[in-house]
Amino acid sequence: MSNLSRRTLITTGLAAAAGASGLAVAAKLAQRYGLIPPDHGGVWGAGETLTYAFQRMLTRHSLAREFPRSQISKTPFANEVAPLGEEFKHLQAGAFAEWRLAVDGMVTRPASFSLAELKSYPSRSQITHLACEEGWSFIAEWTGVPLLHVLNLVGVLPQARYVVYFSFQRDWWDSIDMADALHPQTLVTYAMNGGELPVGHGGPLRLRVPRQLGYKNVKYITRLTVTDSLKRFGQGLGSASPEGGYAWYAGI
Amino acid sequence: MRETACYDPRMADAAWMPTRASAVPARTDTPRHTALVRVTHWITTLCFFALLVSGIEIVISHPRFYWGETGNIFTPALFELPIPSSRSSVPTGYGYVLPDQNGWSRYLHFQAAWVVVLTGLLYAVSGVFTGHFRKTLLPATGDLSWRAVSSVIANHLRFKSGGEAEAWTYNVLQRLTYLLVIFVLFPLVIWTGLAMSPAVASAFPFAVTAFGGQQSARTVHFFVSVFLVLFFLVHVVMVYRAGFRSRMRAMIAGRPYKEHG
Repeated sequence: MSNLSRRTLITTGLAAAAGASGLAVAAKLAQRYGLIPPDHGGVWGAGETLTYAFQRMLTRHSLAREFPRSQISKTPFANEVAPLGEEFKHLQAGAFAEWRLAVDGMVTRPASFSLAELKSYPSRSQITHLACEEGWSFIAEWTGVPLLHVLNLVGVLPQARYVVYFSFQRDWWDSIDMADALHPQTLVTYAMNGGELPVGHGGPLRLRVPRQLGYKNVKYITRLTVTDSLKRFGQGLGSASPEGGYAWYAGI
Repeated sequence: MRETACYDPRMADAAWMPTRASAVPARTDTPRHTALVRVTHWITTLCFFALLVSGIEIVISHPRFYWGETGNIFTPALFELPIPSSRSSVPTGYGYVLPDQNGWSRYLHFQAAWVVVLTGLLYAVSGVFTGHFRKTLLPATGDLSWRAVSSVIANHLRFKSGGEAEAWTYNVLQRLTYLLVIFVLFPLVIWTGLAMSPAVASAFPFAVTAFGGQQSARTVHFFVSVFLVLFFLVHVVMVYRAGFRSRMRAMIAGRPYKEHG
C-alpha cells in the first residue's frame, strides 16, 4: 500500500499511545471515584463498567420519580419465589415478631433490630415505580425506615464503600454502593399501599432501591453487612446475580 | 458550512463536478465510500445483529406490550406477540417455557449499545465536518419535486436499474431513507432505550414523560426496532439487486470495481 506513508505511521502510533495512556488515566480515576463495578471482569466488563460509571456520575443524587396516589397500580404483580420453608412459616405464624435485621461489618455499634423497633423509627412513604428486567412494572406506595437512618444508628466507618444485604433465602444476596445506600429513597420497607408488606412482595422486610430494577430489591432481608470490599462475599462479584449471569448494577 | 471550510486537494481537479451529483461522475481517485464510512458501517452491522438477537431474547421473557407508565400480566396488554415465553408466569397459550437467557442478553445488549452509540457519534461528528451528510445524503432541492421522486419510485416498481450512475451516488429515495434511519430511527431507539432505565428516568424524567411513561417507551422501542429490521431487509435486497459484488466491494475496499482510473 503506497498510502501508508511515514507520516501516517507516526500519526497512528501517537494516536494509539495517547489513547492507551488516556485509558489508563481514566481507569485510575474511575477506581478512585468508585466507578468500577465488581463484575468488571470478563467479556461484558467494558460495557458494564461504562454503564455503571456513566449512570453513577449522572445519578449520584437524582431522585426516583414519585407519583400521585391516583397512579398506584390496582394490580401489582410479584414473581413467585422458591418455597420459603417451615422456619419462615413459623415466623409468619407469629406475625414476624421474632424477625430480626442484623447490621454488622464496618460499623461502630453492630446491632440487631426487631420489626417493632424498625417501625418505631421515623418512616418515609413514597409512591414509586418497580420495574422488572423482564419488562413488566407496577407503581405502589412503599413505607419503611430509610436505610440511611439505620446506618446512622450503627455508625458507619469512613472507609465503607458498599452495603451487602442478605435474604432469608440463603442463595439470594446483593449489594449496593454508598451512593445508593445513603440515598434518601432507599428504604428498609415493611408496608405497601398502606398495609403490611405482603409475603409475595417480600414481607416482612424488603430493601427498596427505586433507582434500580426489581432484582436488586431483595425480599425477606435478615442481615446487612457494611464493607469496603466485595471480594470476600461469594465469588467476589458483588451479588448472587452475576453468579447467575445477571449484571450487578441494575440501573438500566 | 462553506465549501472553503472543508477544502480537499483531491477534489481540486474535479471541481467541475456538481456537489449534489445526480450526474455520473467520471472515474475518480476518491473512493465511493470513505474509510471512516466503511469501518463505521461494518461495526454498526455487527452491533445491529448483537442488539437484535439479545433484544429478541429479552422480549421473550415478557412478550406483552403496554401503554403508559405500568403494565404486567394482570393488566390488559396493548398487544401480545404470539410466541412462547421464557417465564412461566406469562400466559402465552404454549404448554412449555423457554430457557432464561436474559442475563447474557442484557449484558450483550448494553455492551453492543455502547459500541454502536460511540461509533455513531464518531460517524455523525465526522459527517458534519467532512460534509458527508451535505454532499452524499442531502437530496438536491430539484430532486425533491414530486415528479422526480415519483420517477425514482416508478423505476423501482418496474425493477429498472439506476445503471452506472447509482454505483457512484445515491438516488433521492436512498438519500431520504438513510437520513430517516440516521437522524430519526437511531436517535429514537437510543432515547426510548434509555427511557426504560430507572436510573436515567430519575435524572431526566422528561425522557420518560415525553413518551407518556416507561411502558410506552418500551413499546416505541419495539416498533422502532421493527422499522430498523425492515430497513435492514430492504437494504440487503436492494444491494443484491443493484449488484451484490460491486456494492460489497465498494463498502469493503472503497471502490465498486476492481480497476479504476
